Amino acid sequence: MKVTWKKHGATLRLRFSGELDHHSAADVRREIDGLLSDTAIGFIVFDLGGVTFMDSSGIGVILGRYRMIAARGGGMDIINASRQIERILRMAGVYTLCTQGGTVE
Amino acid sequence: MKNRLVVSFPSISINESLARGITASFIMPLDPTVEELSDLRTAVSEAVTNAIIHGYGRTDGIVSMELEYDGCDVTVTVRDEGRGIENIELARKPFYTSMPDSERSGMGFSVMEAFTDGVDVQSALGQGTSVVLRKRIGNHECSL
Repeated sequence: MKVTWKKHGATLRLRFSGELDHHSAADVRREIDGLLSDTAIGFIVFDLGGVTFMDSSGIGVILGRYRMIAARGGGMDIINASRQIERILRMAGVYTLCTQGGTVE
Repeated sequence: MKNRLVVSFPSISINESLARGITASFIMPLDPTVEELSDLRTAVSEAVTNAIIHGYGRTDGIVSMELEYDGCDVTVTVRDEGRGIENIELARKPFYTSMPDSERSGMGFSVMEAFTDGVDVQSALGQGTSVVLRKRIGNHECSL
């Protein structure tokens, strides 16, 4: 699993590629939390377009980061999830927390 | 056609993807759709992750996986000889997690249920847990 990122003003855009499971979650979490130490960031866009596999470990990663950004009054969006991943995220109600309701670009 | 495969591996997280890969290879002769393949890989990933995180936690152990198909009916049994589940009914509830501080979503069993046709759980404290995942692969070819 690889995460590349770009900052546009207060928005941090994270593009994931590869498999997001319990094994890869720890590294991903560490990497994103490092980026979130920049307190100017108030919005996260999770671009899941390159994710080839995700199980419920991914829900934990996204919700954990959402809690951090929500605690500073920010928000998130999730884009480009495959149907399978979208189904998992919907089961956990994750899209209801998204500003745009989870858009596909 | 019937087939069967038994594998076991140490409870280290790198083997979560191994378990998914083995599952995918095993059912390939049934000519599953992309969605069926993805569903079963996801369910297996949840069961194996549970065995590693909850069954063994910080201790090392062996996770075993028994894969079978009989015609279109696939069964995957994931076993650990770890801690066991105290309350299976509670463990299967959506959003319930025994590890609230570890960013586990508590959706593992819910995902297994949603992505298969049946999930059976047997567990005994101190002895381990076995999770049986059943899924029918819809392609008529496999009934030959």
